[in-house]
Amino acid sequence: MDTIITSLQGISIQSYVWLCSILFTIGVVGVLIRRNAIVVFMSIEMMLNSVNLLLAAFSVYRNDPSGQVFVFFIMVVAAAEVAVGLALLVMIYRNTQTIDINFLNKLKW
Amino acid sequence: MFSTVLFYILSVILLFSSLMVIFSRKPVNSVLFLIVSFFAISGHYILLNAQFLAVVNIIVYAGAIMVLFLFTVMLLNLNKETEPRKPAMFKVISVITGCLLAITFIGALKGIDNTPHNFSDNSIGLIKNLGKVLFKEYLIPFELTSLLFLASIVGTLMIGKKE
Amino acid sequence: MVSMANGLNILLLLILLFPLTGFIISGVFGKSLSKLFVGIMASTVVFIPFLFSIIIATNVSQHSISLNLFEWIHFNNFSIPFNLFADSLTALMLLIVTGIGFLIHVYSIGYMKHDEGFNRFFAYMNLFVFFMLMLVISSNYLVMFIGWEGVGLCSYLLIGFWFKDHANNNAAKKAFIMNRIGDLGFLLALFLIFTTYNSLEFSNVFDGAAKLTTNGSTMFWITLLLFIGATGKSAQIPLYTWLPDAMAGPTPVSALIHAATMVTAGIYMIARSSILFVLAPDVLSIISIVGIFTALLAATIAIFQNDIKKVLAYSTISQLGYMFAALGAGAFTGAMFHLTTHAFFKALLFLAAGSVIHALSGEQDITKMGGLSKKLKITSLVFLMGTIAISGIPPFSGFFSKDEILSSLYEKNPLLWILGIAGALMTAFYMFRLYFLVFKGTYRGDDETAKHIHESPKVMTIPLIVLAILSIVGGMLGLPEWLGTQHFLHNYLAPVFKVSSQIMIRNNLPFSEEILLIIISVVGVLIAIICSWFIYLKRYKGTETKTPAFFRIFEAKYWMDEIYEFLFVKPVLWLSDTFYRIIELKWIDGLVNNIGVMVVRTGNWIKYIQNGYIEFYVYMMVLGIIALFIINIIIR
Repeated sequence: MDTIITSLQGISIQSYVWLCSILFTIGVVGVLIRRNAIVVFMSIEMMLNSVNLLLAAFSVYRNDPSGQVFVFFIMVVAAAEVAVGLALLVMIYRNTQTIDINFLNKLKW
Repeated sequence: MFSTVLFYILSVILLFSSLMVIFSRKPVNSVLFLIVSFFAISGHYILLNAQFLAVVNIIVYAGAIMVLFLFTVMLLNLNKETEPRKPAMFKVISVITGCLLAITFIGALKGIDNTPHNFSDNSIGLIKNLGKVLFKEYLIPFELTSLLFLASIVGTLMIGKKE
Repeated sequence: MVSMANGLNILLLLILLFPLTGFIISGVFGKSLSKLFVGIMASTVVFIPFLFSIIIATNVSQHSISLNLFEWIHFNNFSIPFNLFADSLTALMLLIVTGIGFLIHVYSIGYMKHDEGFNRFFAYMNLFVFFMLMLVISSNYLVMFIGWEGVGLCSYLLIGFWFKDHANNNAAKKAFIMNRIGDLGFLLALFLIFTTYNSLEFSNVFDGAAKLTTNGSTMFWITLLLFIGATGKSAQIPLYTWLPDAMAGPTPVSALIHAATMVTAGIYMIARSSILFVLAPDVLSIISIVGIFTALLAATIAIFQNDIKKVLAYSTISQLGYMFAALGAGAFTGAMFHLTTHAFFKALLFLAAGSVIHALSGEQDITKMGGLSKKLKITSLVFLMGTIAISGIPPFSGFFSKDEILSSLYEKNPLLWILGIAGALMTAFYMFRLYFLVFKGTYRGDDETAKHIHESPKVMTIPLIVLAILSIVGGMLGLPEWLGTQHFLHNYLAPVFKVSSQIMIRNNLPFSEEILLIIISVVGVLIAIICSWFIYLKRYKGTETKTPAFFRIFEAKYWMDEIYEFLFVKPVLWLSDTFYRIIELKWIDGLVNNIGVMVVRTGNWIKYIQNGYIEFYVYMMVLGIIALFIINIIIR
């Protein structure tokens, strides 16, 4: 373990920035493209995870534990949100027999 | 050097599985690919010596949240081949927008110092140290998260009841 | 003149406060007060100032009285205090306004008895007396202007007193608007006076003028503009057409405002500013010419009028023309003398006419009257007294005042005298025409009104008798010197006109010439009366005769009203109509309304953004985030 750790040189923070940006973008594209509500939720989870990774990377590179604590809390919130979100989804499915988000367009002019 | 290779391998796995999440037809496949990507992220955490986070990521995200997703998909039998063909133009525009977003992010975060980091004193990811910080400076938020969970439990039950 | 600062000057304030209180009481509480109370109170608040005026009049022959009320406008070194002031000229006007005002108030108690607007009438009358008094006891031009405007306002209110008939409202509007046109001249004169003398106080202005250092052209314009203001108020050419229309108001209003007081305000103002006018001889000539032509024009129209009040209205215009002609000839005292006697007999004639109208239940057309002297003995007698006075037959008052005017006209220019004599003959002619047609001959009206003919009650006839006595003996105020007596009014008003009479030297006519002029005028008047008797009594063919073509122009009042309508009224109405239809409705309303319409249309167009699709919303959100990021990058 220590050898792996101590030989962790050469990866600058830029690499992590690039990685997480691309991951976040994939999440955004997922939200925009897919119409299945489940997949949309999962894309949102992916976005959250990309942010988590970046935060953790920054906290390691700045030697500040607050970043990782923040990641912990983000996970907490993500868990709670998924629970509520899926409950809502189930409710909608019961009422409209579909989870296509385009069916929920009644809040319009 | 070895770690660099590891980093790139993990990144490739991560990106590939993410792309498959959004591009697969069946929802179950999407869920499974997302789990793979979570594992890759945990690998990244270990690379950063954030051990606690790596483990918590697997337990909470891959173990609980994704299972919840799978439950929902299975219970409601949502595994049908989903949406009818949308006009391809929307997809193209969305992808282009996404790339624009990525470029914007990267451009925004460009000026960060490029010096490689010295990992000799890298112990903040250990459970002992993280626990100390969590329970000393961030005690109150920690306690408040329990309230948050209470609220979400109550909310879920309220919404999910068959009335 | 020395100013006295003893207790008398508080009377000046009280004189103003009494009618104002009367107005406030009748105006505010009018609905709940009885008619008797209001009538008596309104007359009392005019009578008490009359008593005060007597006190003042007996005390100002050598000194003047002034009272500073408060510092009104004060701005750097620009100061206009609110001052009251009384000298002998003021005292004369005070006596006329309060005395005749009191008599007319008493008369109105009887005349307006059955009118439901009784209390409102007396409120307006008291307000009018207040403003008129303010006009005459002011000590600077601006306070006089307040009174000037105020009497114009009250004239409007009282002419349109029976406001339910639109013709009355139009007449009131016409009076007020024509007054305002004259007031523009007055205001411009005030501005000029202020820039020239740096003050509007009479004493400062007149002292400044007496230094004889003012530019001749400035003085010309000041006095000309003041005269324009006077033509509006005192109904001279070209602003006289409102006065005949003003007869739409109740008869006491015509008597008080349009015979005795308001229309004399212009003459008072010019007499007060005599110093300014004698320093502008050109304007004096203009005044004389305008005055004498007004007198002639009005007299020719009066011959052919068939409404009893309109004849008297044109007669008033004519007599005012004489007063202006006298002012133009430099005879300030003569003009004031004629103003006084005219106030007596014109008020008398109007009130008597009111008595006739009252007796005939509202009939005003003289072609339907006649032979009323049998049933209306007192009215007919006093009317005859007034007619003799206005015709200028000695020893009635009108003779002395008119003679003084005519001799001053002759002294200025014999041509003016000839025109004056012509006017005097016409005056006698049409006044006696009026008398004969109304009171003599046979009754030409219908029988229904004939049954109700009755003499007026005492509350109306006693003022008539008082005024008749004044018309007869009023001449004693100004008995000419060739009779061997002192000219009382001349001596009384001498201190006021001392400086102006030093600047403008007037020669007295030799005795023989003056007697000759008098004989010519008296003989001419008698001939005119005989002609009138001949035409209208002896061989009166009735009302079916058509006027010969030449006289049609007089009957049509020279078509002046029609000319004004065409030249001024129609273009202004067209302009206002255009402003309304195009600028107001199309542009301004359009602008405001279209803003609203534009907002609604934009909303209708934008609302499609909210189409309910979540993807669209998310997409917009992403675009927004990108935009914010880019802006952030660019700024940094």
